[in-house]
Amino acid sequence: MNFIKQFIALATVALAFNAHATAAPANEAPDALVKRISQDVIDTAKNDKAIQAGDTKKVMDLVETKILPYVDFQRMTSLAAGRFWREATPEQQKALTEQFRSLLVFTYSGALSQVKDQTIEFKPLRADPTDTEVEVRSQVNQARGEPIPLNYRVAKGPQGWKIYDINVLGAWLVETYKGTFASEISKGGMDGLIKALTEKNKKLASKPLKTNAPK
Amino acid sequence: MMGTTKFRQAALALGVTVMLAGCAGPNPRDPYEGYNRAMFEFNDTVDTYALKPAATVYKNVTPGFVQTGVSNFFGNLGDAWTAINQLLQGNGQAGMSDLSRFALNSTLGIVGLFDIASEAGLPKHKEDFGQTLGVWGVSSGPYLVLPLLGPSTVRDTFALPVDISGDIWRYKDPTNVRNMGTALRVIDTRAGLLDASTLLEDAALDRYEFLRDGYLQRRESLIHPDGDGPSSKPKKDDSGETSAPVSSESAPKELNSGTPAAKPDSQ
Repeated sequence: MNFIKQFIALATVALAFNAHATAAPANEAPDALVKRISQDVIDTAKNDKAIQAGDTKKVMDLVETKILPYVDFQRMTSLAAGRFWREATPEQQKALTEQFRSLLVFTYSGALSQVKDQTIEFKPLRADPTDTEVEVRSQVNQARGEPIPLNYRVAKGPQGWKIYDINVLGAWLVETYKGTFASEISKGGMDGLIKALTEKNKKLASKPLKTNAPK
Repeated sequence: MMGTTKFRQAALALGVTVMLAGCAGPNPRDPYEGYNRAMFEFNDTVDTYALKPAATVYKNVTPGFVQTGVSNFFGNLGDAWTAINQLLQGNGQAGMSDLSRFALNSTLGIVGLFDIASEAGLPKHKEDFGQTLGVWGVSSGPYLVLPLLGPSTVRDTFALPVDISGDIWRYKDPTNVRNMGTALRVIDTRAGLLDASTLLEDAALDRYEFLRDGYLQRRESLIHPDGDGPSSKPKKDDSGETSAPVSSESAPKELNSGTPAAKPDSQ
């Protein structure tokens, strides 16, 4: 069960990976990119009182500006949808990507407000300079408990490196959502899945970000 | 007496497994979904009405240093069992490191209340007998939700009696101290998960599936860390059926076979 806590608390940090939307050096190595973004987001989250207090808007802003530019949501969504992606119409693909994106933003924002005293440690990158897909490995060290592994799949596209999957505690985000997507689709088709996600997001939008007791 | 208990537990595990053989579900990793979902609901109800409220009170009322001490104390007892499993798995170095942790924290760390080993650069690990069996080549078998204990697999359920007998606290006398300690341990663990369970609530469309799919991957990765085993799962669907890059912006990104992510998937 500890796994859940960390999975999510870390999803935070996971997203925290992406900090600086502005001024990304063109030839930045993928691990350098992830490192820079993580550090930036974590520092911001740690030092911003409003974020620590659970200010929804501020957290969302942080996610939007610092993280989202470095995430390939389209690819993430297509992978999670598996074979159903290709059977979907372009409109469905677009709607699904949007809703999945919102869900992840809500989740990460919630997790981000829990960043406290964690530090991130990166492991050496095992890849050739010519690789266009690499896995960046890191771990989050906490004041107590075991370090939490946190890895990223990053691919090089025309706009530079972008993250398309995150592994928290050994579980890949895409793989974890794949089962959910498949079973929703088997119940109500692609439209059923989009509808379920939309409703979920509506619920999340109307509830305060921070529902836990203050620490 | 210990032998009897072990036997009873093994028999229980076996009984559950046999009982389950009847149901069947669509997910190949989760043929007992019907039973599992029912048990998940049951556990969830117990949690909602008993465990979670107790953990919330504990977290809000108990001073932080006491909570840390409680976690450290039981964590230290767990380290001994982790060390043994490391050695059983052939991880000599990690095993010795965990033994040193246990020795250091039990003495200078005052019966484990202070985790000075972590500060001294000996990171905490967690290995159980289910993982050891996995390293020995036993596959996990189907997903199984256990009463009160939550997510598991058939293999790990068979390993459970061994893990229970490897838990130092269960030999604590007298019984009432042991029982109170166990209750405290459970509440402390749950308190550590309060934030996470809120987030799980947010992230998942279906909590049961989300937890299951995450849990199974996690166990696999614990047994084959660093992607050196079947757990390193690339996107299997990239090989054909999925992931056609759709938008103009995501140009084709082939997998390089040299990439860590490009190993065959086993699931």
